[in-house]
Amino acid sequence: MTTAENPATATDTRTITLLVNGREVTRAVSTRTTLSDFLREDLDLVSVHLGCEHGVCGCCTVLFDGESVRACLMLAVQARGHEVETVESLSADQNDLHPIQQSFAEEQGLQCGFCTPAMVLRAKEILADGRERSDAEVRSDISGILCRCTGYQNIVNAVQNAGRKLSRGANGGAGTHDGVGTSAVDGAETEQATDIDRAPGFDGPAGTEQRG
Amino acid sequence: MKPPRFLYCDPDTLEEAVALKSQHEFDALVLAGGQSLMPMLNMRLAGPEVLIDINGVTDLQHIGRINGTLEIGAGVRQSVLEAHSEAAVAVPLIAAAMPHIGHIENRHRGTVGGSIAHADAAAELPCTAVTLDAVIVVRSERGERQIAATDFFQGFLTNACEPDELVVAIRYPVTSPTAGSAFTEFARREGDFALASAGAVAEVDADGRFTSVAIGVGSITTKPVRARAIEEALLGRAATSDVIKDAARQIGDAVTLSSDMHATSRYRRHLATTVVTRAVAAAAADAQNRSAS
Repeated sequence: MTTAENPATATDTRTITLLVNGREVTRAVSTRTTLSDFLREDLDLVSVHLGCEHGVCGCCTVLFDGESVRACLMLAVQARGHEVETVESLSADQNDLHPIQQSFAEEQGLQCGFCTPAMVLRAKEILADGRERSDAEVRSDISGILCRCTGYQNIVNAVQNAGRKLSRGANGGAGTHDGVGTSAVDGAETEQATDIDRAPGFDGPAGTEQRG
Repeated sequence: MKPPRFLYCDPDTLEEAVALKSQHEFDALVLAGGQSLMPMLNMRLAGPEVLIDINGVTDLQHIGRINGTLEIGAGVRQSVLEAHSEAAVAVPLIAAAMPHIGHIENRHRGTVGGSIAHADAAAELPCTAVTLDAVIVVRSERGERQIAATDFFQGFLTNACEPDELVVAIRYPVTSPTAGSAFTEFARREGDFALASAGAVAEVDADGRFTSVAIGVGSITTKPVRARAIEEALLGRAATSDVIKDAARQIGDAVTLSSDMHATSRYRRHLATTVVTRAVAAAAADAQNRSAS
């Protein structure tokens, strides 16, 4: 903490502790490092894609305390004491994808995959309320993320498909999931893991390919 | 595309933040939600010696009614204000304008005070502040000042703050329950900067005539402005679409932005007339609904 009396005590580097994908992480960071660079370079979470680095493309979208934000428009030091979620948290095993990832594969909701991690996280955020959405609503919900392949229709289909999977999973579970929060999604994931056909020829988690 | 070096300060209290701004004045920039400043830092359009991050200042997070006004702390996130039911009842124009601000990802971080202080002519909150005669509260170690919104916005990304002053709150007069409110804007894509925007708040009598009307317009000159000539032309007149459309034509004269890659000047004049017409008509309809119910 810098005090008003002596701002010169501030240094270029701060040690921060935060929760990333459910794990507590402590690192020393330069105060001018963006959250997106910190996640990619310090934590190797390369699903956080850097398209424009000035808040236009949305490809670096992460969930910050459960809310979608552009990671290139935050400093890593601002995440101290907070919770960050990237798409790596959805699936530890590429043969056991999260229902949202399954849906993107089934609906061909990706072409080059650059915007996909952001789209998947945004889908997770909006689908948490368990409500069915029209095409127009989904298009509005994902309008903050640019898909350069312009494959929006299949992304819309994938989000809607994922919504159906998640609500089926929630209903088939303990029956008490109301679709709010991580636990409901995790519950759905467990329910869905066995009864969803994998898309033929798809053998990698869509959102986690490494980019230079 | 990385921020330049700066001395990073993250005060916990308003007093500390104000002291830092007083100490560093022009050399310091204030980081609120970062939805405009972070791009400017990443692109090196801004290079402050000191960055004062006010996100930890809890004194700036309040929303509440005070003496007939709705006071919103400068640090309140736009998404929090958007979901605030009491604010939507007290000042319906705010609720109408909020969804137009960027994308939800921007509103999750962006703050009310940050948007006001940034003073972008295309931004929605400055337009609502001008429309509703809001007051901007600024503070320095010399004390607190209240600045009328129409005086606060001075021109292209320029506000009336002295170098040692910090925006701490915005006070909106609580809207009459019988007044109708509407916010209309045109952008090519959802979340883009508006090519023209208008906020309107109006009251109509039993005969359907305007008894009060306030119109603010964004994106037509270097700052958000009131359309006072149109307000005067409408007072006492019947709130019909012909009357409104006829009066709204005058806004074309107020468009000073020259043609750019987003719109020709002529197209912008056309859009300005259209958004003013629609906003006033929708506000009048809302007022009639409110008196009927």
